[in-house]
Amino acid sequence: MKTKENIKTLVIKKPLKLDCGKTINNFPLAYETYGSLNKSKDNAILVFHALTGDQFVTGINPVTKKDGWWSYAVGPNKSIDTNKYFVICANVIGGCMGSFGPSHKNPDTNKIYGTDFPVITINDMVNAQVNLLDHFEIKKLFSVVGGSMGGMQVLQFISNYPDKASTVVPIACTSSHSAQNIAFNELGRQAIASDHNWSDGKYLSNNTLPDKGLSVARMAAHITYLSKKGLQEKFGRKLQERDALKFGFDADFQIESYLRYQGSVFVDRFDANSYLYITRAMDYFDLVKQFDGNLSNAFKKTKAKFFVISFTSDWLYPTQENKDIVIALNAIGADVGFVEIKSDKGHDSFLLDVPDFLKTLKNFLDKSYLER
Amino acid sequence: MKTEYKIIVDLIEEKTRVLDVGCDDGTLMESLKKNKNVDARGIEISKDKVQICVSKGLTVIEGNAELDLKQFPNDSFDYVVLGQTLQAFINPEIVIKELLRVGKKAIITIPNFGHWKVRLNLLIKGTMPITESLPNDWYNTPNIHMCTIKDFVKFSKIINFKIFKSLALTNKNISNINNSNLFYKNLFAELGIFLIEK
Repeated sequence: MKTKENIKTLVIKKPLKLDCGKTINNFPLAYETYGSLNKSKDNAILVFHALTGDQFVTGINPVTKKDGWWSYAVGPNKSIDTNKYFVICANVIGGCMGSFGPSHKNPDTNKIYGTDFPVITINDMVNAQVNLLDHFEIKKLFSVVGGSMGGMQVLQFISNYPDKASTVVPIACTSSHSAQNIAFNELGRQAIASDHNWSDGKYLSNNTLPDKGLSVARMAAHITYLSKKGLQEKFGRKLQERDALKFGFDADFQIESYLRYQGSVFVDRFDANSYLYITRAMDYFDLVKQFDGNLSNAFKKTKAKFFVISFTSDWLYPTQENKDIVIALNAIGADVGFVEIKSDKGHDSFLLDVPDFLKTLKNFLDKSYLER
Repeated sequence: MKTEYKIIVDLIEEKTRVLDVGCDDGTLMESLKKNKNVDARGIEISKDKVQICVSKGLTVIEGNAELDLKQFPNDSFDYVVLGQTLQAFINPEIVIKELLRVGKKAIITIPNFGHWKVRLNLLIKGTMPITESLPNDWYNTPNIHMCTIKDFVKFSKIINFKIFKSLALTNKNISNINNSNLFYKNLFAELGIFLIEK
C-alpha cells in the first residue's frame, strides 16, 4: 500500500457498539469534503461509497493520482453540483483509505489487526459516519446519495436516522443481499484466502501481499459490474496484439488482457483484508430482516423524499430489487420517485458517463433543493 | 393547457392526494400542485417522460398501471386520474377496479368512439376511423379497447361502479351528460370525462 498523505481524519471518541457485539472507540474516520457549507448548513450531501471506493469522490485522488470514483457525477455544475452543495464522503470503517480497518494496529497488542479486526456491518458503517454531522454541526443533511453498497448505506442511514436527511437517493442497490450476490463475494474471498501470501490475514506482519488472490477477486467481481452486451460490444472476440490464437494460456483475447489489467491495478490501491471485511458487510446486509420481514417499517419514521434509480442492464442489483424498495415506500405512502435508466453499461452505469442518469440525478437534487 | 386538464383540475378538491396514472410529461400534475395545492404522484410507462417529470420536480415512478397499481394500499389517494388510456389496457375492468381500490374516487376520460366523425368515417370509407384524437392505423394503435360514452355508462352498470359526474367535451365546450341527452352527447362529444366511485 502507498503512503497515506493528504487524508483528513476525524477521531471518533464516542464508543460505537458494533453489531458483532464489540465496542470500538477513539477510532479514525477518514473523510473528504467538496464545495462549501452554507450559513444555514442545509446544503450538505453525504455521499456513500461502494465496495472499492473511498472518500475521494471527485478531482484527483491524492493517493492513487487518478480521477475520483464519481468524477462524472460530482463536481462544479455536475449532477451533484459542488458550486451549490457541500459534499461529504467518508471511507467506510473496515476500509483501507485511512478509516479504522484491518490494516491498523491493535493498540492492545501493538500488532496489525488482520482478521482479528471485528466484523463490521453496513449498520456499523453508517453509525460511524453519522458522527460527521456533529463534527460539521449539521442538523439535517439535504441529501444522502450512494450507488451499490453506497445505496445500501443510504437505506440504512435513513432507517437509523429518519430526521437527518431531506432527500434520499439509493442507486443500483438492494435492501437485502441475494444468494447470487453472496456467492460472488464468496468467490472473491476464497480467491484471496487461497493465495499462499495471505497467511491467514497476517500478510502485513509478514511483509508479503496476496496480490494474486486479490487480483483474481477483482477480476471476477469486475465481470459482474458489466453487462454481456457491453462486454460483447467492447471486446467481442478481439485478439490482444496478435493476429492469430497462440494455442497457449497467455492473454489471447482483449477481454483477458483487460481483466488482468483491472486486477493488477486494483492491488496497488486496495487491501485484501479490507476486501474480505467489506464484502462480508454487504453479505450481512438485510434491511428486510432487520424489520421482521417488512421493509416498509424501515422507512415508517421518515418524511424524506426518496428517488430510486436502477439500470436496465444491471444484473447484479437488478431493477426488480430496486423496485422492491419503491414498493415498500409506496405501501406506506412515502414520497418516492423511481426511474430505470436505459444503459448497456451494467451495474457500473452509475459510475460512468450515462447522460440520462446524470441529468436525472441533477434534476432531482436541484428541484428538491429549490423546493426544500 | 388542454381543456380536458382544466376540467379535471376543477373536479379535484384542494389539498387532496392525487395519483395520475399515465401522467405523461406531468402537465396535469403541475397544474394540480399549483392550483389546488394537491399532493400529486404519477405513474408513467415512458422513461423519457418520467425524466421530464423529474426535471419539473414531480414525484413520478416509472411503471405500468396494469402491474404497478397493486403496490398502493387501499384508499391511499383521494383521487386517481386516468386520462385517455383506459382503451389501451388489456383488461379495462381490472384497471377500473384497481383505480377504485387505490383511490376513493377516480376520474376517467375516454376518447368517444361514438362521435359522428368516427361513425361517418367507418360508414363512408369502410376502413378503421382515423381522426385528430385517434390518429393511428388499426395495426399500430395502442388503443385496443375503444369504447363510446354510451358503452362506458353501460359498463358502470355491468361491473358496478357509480358515476357521480359525467361531462362531455365538444370543441372546448363542456356540458353535462344525463340519461335524456346521452344519445346526442354520444354522437357529438369528442371526449367523455367521468368522476366515479365504488
